[in-house]
Parts: sequence; structure tokens; C-alpha cells
Amino acid sequence: MHKEFLMGNEAIAMGAVAAGVNLVSGYPGTPSTEVLETIARLNDGSIYVEWSVNEKAGLEVAAGASYSGARTMVTMKQVGLNVASDPLMSLEYVGIKGGMVVMVADDPGPISSQTEQDTRTFASYSKLPCFDPSSAQEAYEMMIEAFEYSEKYGTPVLFRPTTRVCHAYASVSVREESEYYVNIPTGFFKDPSRWVIFPKLSNANHAKIELRNRELSSEFSSYARNSIIPSSSRLGIATHGISFANTMETLSSLSDRPSVLKIATPFPFPEKLALEFLSSVDEVLCIEELDPVIERALIAVCGKYGLSVKIRGKMTDDVKLSGENLRDDVTSYIYKFLGLEVPSVSVPDTPELPVRPPVLCAGCPHRASFYAVKHAMKGRETIFAGDIGCYTLGNAMPLDMVDTCLCMGAGVNIAQGVGRIKPDTKCFAFVGDSTFFASAITGAVNAVYNQADMTLIVLDNSTTAMTGHQPHPGTGKTMMGEITQAIDIEAVLRGVGVTVVERVNPLELEKAVETVKRVADLPGVKAILFESPCAMLFKPEKPLAVTDSCVDCRMCIKEIGCPGLIVSDNKVKIDPSLCNGCGLCSQVCPVGAISKEGSL
Amino acid sequence: MSTNIVLCGVGGQGTVLASKLVASAAMSKGFEVRSAETIGMAQKGGSVMSHLRVGDDAFSPMIGSGEADLIIGFEPSETVRMLPFLKKGGAVITSDRPIMPVTAALKGSSYCGSEMTEYLRSFSGIGKLVVVDTESAVREIGSSKAMNMVLLGAASRSGLLGDITHEDIIEAMKRKVKPQFVEMNIKALEFVNI
Repeated sequence: MHKEFLMGNEAIAMGAVAAGVNLVSGYPGTPSTEVLETIARLNDGSIYVEWSVNEKAGLEVAAGASYSGARTMVTMKQVGLNVASDPLMSLEYVGIKGGMVVMVADDPGPISSQTEQDTRTFASYSKLPCFDPSSAQEAYEMMIEAFEYSEKYGTPVLFRPTTRVCHAYASVSVREESEYYVNIPTGFFKDPSRWVIFPKLSNANHAKIELRNRELSSEFSSYARNSIIPSSSRLGIATHGISFANTMETLSSLSDRPSVLKIATPFPFPEKLALEFLSSVDEVLCIEELDPVIERALIAVCGKYGLSVKIRGKMTDDVKLSGENLRDDVTSYIYKFLGLEVPSVSVPDTPELPVRPPVLCAGCPHRASFYAVKHAMKGRETIFAGDIGCYTLGNAMPLDMVDTCLCMGAGVNIAQGVGRIKPDTKCFAFVGDSTFFASAITGAVNAVYNQADMTLIVLDNSTTAMTGHQPHPGTGKTMMGEITQAIDIEAVLRGVGVTVVERVNPLELEKAVETVKRVADLPGVKAILFESPCAMLFKPEKPLAVTDSCVDCRMCIKEIGCPGLIVSDNKVKIDPSLCNGCGLCSQVCPVGAISKEGSL
Repeated sequence: MSTNIVLCGVGGQGTVLASKLVASAAMSKGFEVRSAETIGMAQKGGSVMSHLRVGDDAFSPMIGSGEADLIIGFEPSETVRMLPFLKKGGAVITSDRPIMPVTAALKGSSYCGSEMTEYLRSFSGIGKLVVVDTESAVREIGSSKAMNMVLLGAASRSGLLGDITHEDIIEAMKRKVKPQFVEMNIKALEFVNI
């Protein structure tokens, strides 16, 4: 063993490597992305690693490998699990051979997500065992144990850290390479009675799964990561994950401490252990993020065994219903529970602080694409259906170009639905290149097949930018570092029957506006590919500067809102440390006062 | 006792690298380190922060209100935003250069940064305050990218990093940055004379 300073996601990845993982697949999504990236970085060539086209594909690839005796891991964020849930629900009935861990990162807050769904709840719905680590160190060790449980019981298991575990750093004790488990896959053996799902098989396996989960509940009661920290108090706290760490932090400064029940396997719930805990207390406060999973389970145990213990938490409004349990939240819950005065810190009369919503980067080509469509459609009845990616930020003022955003790939179908109800509306859907491949191709097929009237705008910046520049099918690179055939978006669209497909550089504003005007008025399904690489991918060009001919109309700021345009000493200036020389503002300026000539 | 440090600023200013240097310096001296930071959508021009905890008695990677020994602020309004974390009598090191958010520019806001540094100077809860003249630092060092090192150097030279010395930080920087940037970063770390 030795210590390394690791991000939680790096610890999770190293745990999987130490467990002898043979294949890792996934789709990027905050806060899960660094797990697969770390495996790819550490890979000596013995592990097959891929960014799959989406989570469903990733899960199915891993299932096939696991049928063949490989140890596999699939990585995704919580909303990715929705995409992968179709194969996963069935896979639970079929089972696996090589250990298979489905690593799903939840995002309380949410900080970078659409939903606050709780994968622990998905675990009980899908009947999959679930592991919920509370720190980077625990995540490392628990990953190795998760593989062992998966293989022992022939079931995929869920591993669900949250953002504060994924993105926290800590000094973590890790194994030496000589201590790694080595798994040699057996290969696939034909056995239709095992690998082909039919109603008869599902019925038989359903009962087996329920019995297995009872057995696991019993086994998890003696699993060391589920634990009771006893005290002489008749009050108790039940908690999990990062809330456990925050609870221990608050309790460390108190002398009269309640006992603590830490739940690392929310499903199957360790009933015997919970019973032991409940028999030592009169009242329990459940400190959880997202759903009241432990709270409901404890209420069920009390009911089953006729215990008169009061269970408090989200359902009694002692813990907030949504968002993260930050340190101060946990302190406040515990102090109130113990009847203590909640400590407070006051910073009086601060000056008004500027609000900083996230914005598209300076020089981002998406800004130019949105502006071109906005400009071209001025005065027309329109709907701009957005999608998931950096370009969701096109909703911010002054662009204000995202009317809807639902989930990956939804925009192309939402635009069709709006058009069905108001046919005189010009319907646009904006989708990024990675999202296009992940889940918008079926939407394009739907539009062509059902003869919709809409314009699909593909914002092709040659990368998966939001999650940190991962390759995808259009980039011509794989996660194994191989150069492969780049799948051409225009060819895909033409292949499914879109006859009008135009490619244009959005930074050539006049041409971009003209293209949108012309294409939008054609009948049927049309597509425009705005092609310009992500501003983070190349060395910035010489920054622009505002010259003396500026008439201070501030059109540049009002129209495009680039963070590189600032007001200083009551004049518009360009911050050279932010400007990457994209030139959009110089094309918007009515008096030609922005150019590269005046800059340093 | 652990030493608790909050680093804050605007996405893209280099708070994460600064936080990693302190962590690396602490680890090389055998201390336990925990940290947490903003990653993802919020990074893009939004407020970002790193919590850093050095010492063996921490459970959580996060710092609670009134627990930070030191705030290192890369932007003056972000420094003020983080004040609730500061321990009474704790230290604050801040850049004086404001970054105007797009929303403020659109609304014609008068935010100029000096109202923040004036507030910090008047706030009685701060035990030690260092306001770094960022314009001169950038001019002298020749790069705005090294701002994080200027602020970190101010902290280490003032002895505000607990058991981590200025030399420890220089050693950590040499391990983490590319050789061609070492000289510039040393200049940055030495910029503030305490």
C-alpha cells in the first residue's frame, strides 16, 4: 500500500483497476466523467476502454463482455441511467458471469444536471444491490468489494457516489500493482436457457432475485461498511455518503453525541443491523440527500418488528427536501435535534455582489450560431428547442435562444411537437455533435418519416465540450487512442432522408445569416451544420481591440454578450486575457470600431 | 487541528491548480489532505471555489461557516462572497482586479472592485488582510496566467498555510508545472513582499 492524492473519481477508477476490470465503457456526464478517463490514462493496454455512443450502448457492450466472464464497469451520471435502464432492468433478470459494476454518479443540488433523481431508489426498483461510498478512500475499497459481491451473486451491482465524493480530493491508500486481482475471462459459452430472456425465465428468476436479496440483506448486516457508532445516548442519527462525513464533522465538536448508523448498502437494506441500532434508541434523525431511502427503510423495520421508535427526517421536515446537505445544513439539523442553539456567522452590510451565472466562453462558436439564427429570424414566429450541452447556455441574455431543454436528444422531437400544434411557427432544434450521435439521430428519422416541417441546427464543435473534450463518433478518435473513420453528420442526415443539408462556418456571420434565412423557408426537414471547433481546443488568435472610432452604442455587448467585452471607465473594452480573436463582435459593430489593428 | 483554506474566484482563473499545489506540499510533509472544488457547468464564467483541509482530524472535504483560517480570493467580489466561511480573526488574501460578469455589463452596473476591497478593509472579522495590486503584478511578471501564484506566494510568505512553508510551495510548484514555466512562477510566488 502507498498513498496518493486522488480525486474521488480517480480512486473509483483505481479501485476498478485493482479489482482486475477487463472492460470499461460509458458516456461522459458530470460528475462521473473522470472515472473512465482515469482508467484510459492508467491503462497499460490490458483493459478495453471505450466512450460508447450513449449509456445504453455502453451497458450492452459491458453485458456482453460480462457474459463472457470479463469483469466490467460502465460509467455514467444519474440521467444516463435513464438511457441505460432498458437493458439494465432486463439484465437483472438474466444475470451476468464476470463481475459487473454500473457506476452511476448522483448529483444532489443539482450542480450540473437536469434532475435530482436518486439511484438508491432505482436500486430498489430494479432490485440491484447498491453501494454508496462516503469518501474517496471508502470508494476505492468498496469498488473492489462491489466486484466480489457482483460475481458471487451473479448480478450487476450499482455503485453510486455523489458529486462531493466524486469531485473531492483526499490522500488515499492504494494497493501496489502486485496486489491487484487478475481476472482471465473464460469466453462466451452458448446456453440459451441462461442468456435468452423469455417470460418463463423471468418468472423463475424473479423469485430467485427476491430470495437472493433477502440473503444479501442479511449478509450486508455484517458488511463492515454498514456500521453502528454507539454511544450512551438514546438519540440516534442514520446517514450515508457525504452526509455521513459531514455528520461526523459536526459531532466531533460535541461532547454528548448520539449514536450513528451508517448505511453503505441502501439496497438490499441491512435489516438486522438496523434492528440492532433501533433497539438502542428512542428517536432517530435520518440525514439523507435526495430521497428518504433510509428513513422509509427504518420506518418499515419499526412497523415489521413493532418498535416504538420515532423516525425523523425529510418526511417530518427536519431535513430539507431537495438539494445538498452542506456542512452548515447538517450542523443545523443535528443542533436542532439535540435541542441546542444553532451557531450562526454574520457578515453584515456587504456591498451588492455581482451575480455570475455560467455563460458561453469568450470566442465560443455557439454564440455566433445562435446569433445568426436570431438575426435571420427577427420578426418571425419561432420556437428554438435546445438540448443538453454547453449550448444550453444559449438561454442566457442577451442571446435568449433556448426556449426548451428537456433531456439528451429531446429538442429535435419537441420542435416537431410544437409545429404540429402551430404549423405557422418556424421550428428549430439545436443539437451538439456528441448529443446528435448519442440520441438525436432517431429524432431526425422521426421527423423525416412523419414529414415534419423543421430546421435542425447541428452545432458541430468537433468535441464533447461540456464534460471536458471527450472524443465521439464524429471525431475519428477512440478512447483506446486509435484513429478511426469519423462518422460524417451530413452523410448520416442524408442517409435518413434529409435532402437539404448545408454546412457553414458560424463565424462568417453574413453567410451564416443568409443560409438560415434561405433554408428555414424551404419545406420539410432541413439541416444546417454550423462547423467551428470549440474555442478551448486551439491556441487563441490575436485578441481584438476597440478603436477610437467607437461611438459607445454598446451594440456589441447588447447583441452578443461575450464575456470578453467589458465596460471599464465607462467605455467598452476588450479583455485581451479572455478574447480569442473569433471576430464576431467586429462583424456586429455598426461603425467598424473593433479590429485586430488596435490591440497589443 | 486542521488548517482550513478557501480558494475562490471566477472559472478559468487557476484556483484548482493553486489548491493542488498546497495539497501536494502538504502531502509531501506527511499531512492528510482533503479538498473539494467546483467542476462542470458552473465553471464557465461562474463563481468557483476550492475547499482545502490539511490535518488528520478532518472527516469532510468541505468547510463549514466560520471555520476557514484563510481565504485566498482571485477576484474581490468573490472574496467578499466567501467571508461567511472565515473564522473570526482569520486571514484574507485577495486580488484587487474585478471581473465584470456579462449580466453586469448588460445592465450597465457600476461594479468596479474597489467597493469590495474597501469593505474588506473595514470588516472587523478579518485578522490579517493582504490586497494584491494585480495590475502591477501582471505587468512585472508579464503574464496574467500567474496570478494564482502571486496570491499563493503571498499566503506562504506570510506563514498563513499552517505547517507548510514558502519553500514547500516552491518545491510543489516545480513538481507540478512544466519546466519552461518554473522561472515565471517563482517570480510570481516572490512578487508580494511581506
